[in-house]
Amino acid sequence: MDFLNAIIAFLNYVFIPGVAYGSQLALGALGVTLVYGILRFSNFAHGDTMALGSMATVLMTWLFQSWGISLGPLPTALLALPFGILFTIGLLLFTDRAVYKFYRVKKAKPVILVIVSLGITFIYNGVTRFIIGPDDQNFFDGERFIISAREFKKATGLAEGLSFKTTQGITIVTAVIVVVALFWFLNKTRAGKSMRAYSDNEDLALLSGINPERVVMITWIIVAFLTTIAGVLYGLDKSFKPFTYFQLLLPIFASAIVGGLGNPIGAIAGGFVIAFSEVTITYAWKKILVYLMPESLEPSGLVQLLSTDYKFAVSFVILLIVLLFKPTGLFKGQSV
Amino acid sequence: MTETLKNTLLFGAIALVIAFVGFQQSWNSALLIIAMGLISSIMALGVNLQWGFAGLFNVGIMGFVALGGLAAVLIGMPPTEGGFAAGGLGIIGALLLGAGTIVAAIQVMRRMAAGPLRNLIVIAVLVAGFFLFRALLDPAVARIEEINSAETGYLGGLGLPVLIAWPVGGLFAAAAAWLIGKTALGLRSDYLAIATLGIAEIIIAILKNEDWLTRGVKNVIGVPRPVPFEIDLQNDPAFVERAAAFGMDPVEGSTLYVKVLYILLFAAVLLLLMWMSQRALHSPWGRMLRAIRDNEVAAEAMGKDVTARHLQVFILGSAVCGIAGAMMTTLDGQLTPGTYQPLRFTFLVWVMVIVGGSGNNLGAVLGGFLIWFLWVQVEPMGLWLMNVVTSGMEDGSALKVHLIESAAHMRLLTMGIVLLAVLRFSPRGLIPER
Repeated sequence: MDFLNAIIAFLNYVFIPGVAYGSQLALGALGVTLVYGILRFSNFAHGDTMALGSMATVLMTWLFQSWGISLGPLPTALLALPFGILFTIGLLLFTDRAVYKFYRVKKAKPVILVIVSLGITFIYNGVTRFIIGPDDQNFFDGERFIISAREFKKATGLAEGLSFKTTQGITIVTAVIVVVALFWFLNKTRAGKSMRAYSDNEDLALLSGINPERVVMITWIIVAFLTTIAGVLYGLDKSFKPFTYFQLLLPIFASAIVGGLGNPIGAIAGGFVIAFSEVTITYAWKKILVYLMPESLEPSGLVQLLSTDYKFAVSFVILLIVLLFKPTGLFKGQSV
Repeated sequence: MTETLKNTLLFGAIALVIAFVGFQQSWNSALLIIAMGLISSIMALGVNLQWGFAGLFNVGIMGFVALGGLAAVLIGMPPTEGGFAAGGLGIIGALLLGAGTIVAAIQVMRRMAAGPLRNLIVIAVLVAGFFLFRALLDPAVARIEEINSAETGYLGGLGLPVLIAWPVGGLFAAAAAWLIGKTALGLRSDYLAIATLGIAEIIIAILKNEDWLTRGVKNVIGVPRPVPFEIDLQNDPAFVERAAAFGMDPVEGSTLYVKVLYILLFAAVLLLLMWMSQRALHSPWGRMLRAIRDNEVAAEAMGKDVTARHLQVFILGSAVCGIAGAMMTTLDGQLTPGTYQPLRFTFLVWVMVIVGGSGNNLGAVLGGFLIWFLWVQVEPMGLWLMNVVTSGMEDGSALKVHLIESAAHMRLLTMGIVLLAVLRFSPRGLIPER
């Protein structure tokens, strides 16, 4: 019985939150990796693109809610999501036309593009704050839990409850759908293949008649999908606050680099590596250990390796270790 | 137009707009803009050393600035009574043990042949070291934080004159930069950027969480000042008389006097650093750095030690940022770890360097003043603009209220637009490198 309790506690506090967070990071890291693979720079505006896309979705959600439209047990935000994505596609294509293209044509050094993306970060951040303000916004509605802790306890008679939030379920399902769709696109369609070819060898791709501007456009559209979905899922799961998206930049970059920049499979693996390390290292294990250890050996403290505020340190240390020992990442990424 | 004339005009224009603030708003705000402009210029000088001279992309400036602020607390604040006796030795022991663990792990890595056994031993050393470290640190921390936690609850400082903290802040930042440089400088520019971004976040996390060191989010207030307090001046008959001779009342006179003193101190530091940077730029060392920046491979072929030069300039630039950080905390009189944000402390400094002109020290100083002025003044300007825009709308309409309330967020937008405009139309900045 104690053993079962320990497993339930593990699932409840470590595994499920880890999978949900990992999916969010993986979607974010996929976007970073695609921009890096095709446009060949680290996009610092990625976090704020997520914020702006989520903001559009939040506003649409509020509009739908005020009209009384809802999806029943599912959050209305899912209905608003396509509009958010459309907005982000428009935003990114406009930004590319107005800003990035100039430097692409000039063949500017990657680091210049990184600085340009800093400027974009400022603007996106300012626009987000200007429209929706810097505060927490709640836009979740519908059923809160798929399995609630109390019902689970009643049904099984265990001391530990297992709760599975709707947002976690949606996150995982959506992430799987998005990843499958993305890989189908990259591997099976003509446009996806030309993207991979362009990423692998730009000159060869140009020689074989691939239109670079088209590849870039498709990349931004996919990135718009990924950022908006990741941002909305994160916002539903935690809460929507413009500044947190900026802070997500570090774990997202860590995921992309740990997996190998420019490699989509690596981005997904990296997302889960980072998410699970953060959760396991900052979780207070006492709750689980009390079930597994005899009473005399029970730990006196919380058995928390690091306080939760150090979660950045975790992603960072993993990043450093990978960079020092395997600079191209776990899966072979590009290195320029 | 000769270059000297153009530069004089640029600086003259800044002086003019600041004087305008003095006449329009108050001389207090104008002097505060000058003081913070001086500090910003010093930060920009530090970043210019790294980016302009050597092409290193450091986005961890916030961390170095915060370390400087930590120095101001550790040097200037009086020691907490009984604090060191309660847990000082425990903490020092724990930190030494932590450092020893890392050194031991590195030694194992170096000396043993590669293989699963080596990996296992390295992991074992690190895990054992970590738990010992926590076992030693935690009780000591608990004892320190128990002491009068409402007012102190931390180790306190050395109680030395706060001016000493400025060079010490530079040393702190230099030490951190050495550590980062040793591990991350070999990486490509994007990776160095991410690494420095991460380090800065970690430094802030430490300042926020290690209450025994900085009181965390409870903030350290009342950091000693190198200048007299306004209230003492107001009670000093001699000062009141002098203020009256200038036609000022004692309150206004004392606030202005204190700010002028700060400005003189900061200006002295800026001039010293500026002189040193100029000498560095025009020395063989500076030319070597620029050669490395422009063509690393060629410089290496000429026998220049690229990694060592990069490490050197990375440490120097970070130290300058640390000095500026200590000065800023001294000016504020408090250390508030919760207020350090990358947009304000890292990326704003980058805007200063790019706008001013990377590679040119004078440009960095100009950028520091100009961007700081905009950062402070965009808010009132935005409010004014919004009032004009919304003047046609009826009072109390939701849109009008929202627009006026949001004017405060105009500054980020403005910074982004300024940065992009300069990068596009004048990529070498206002005062380009010669």
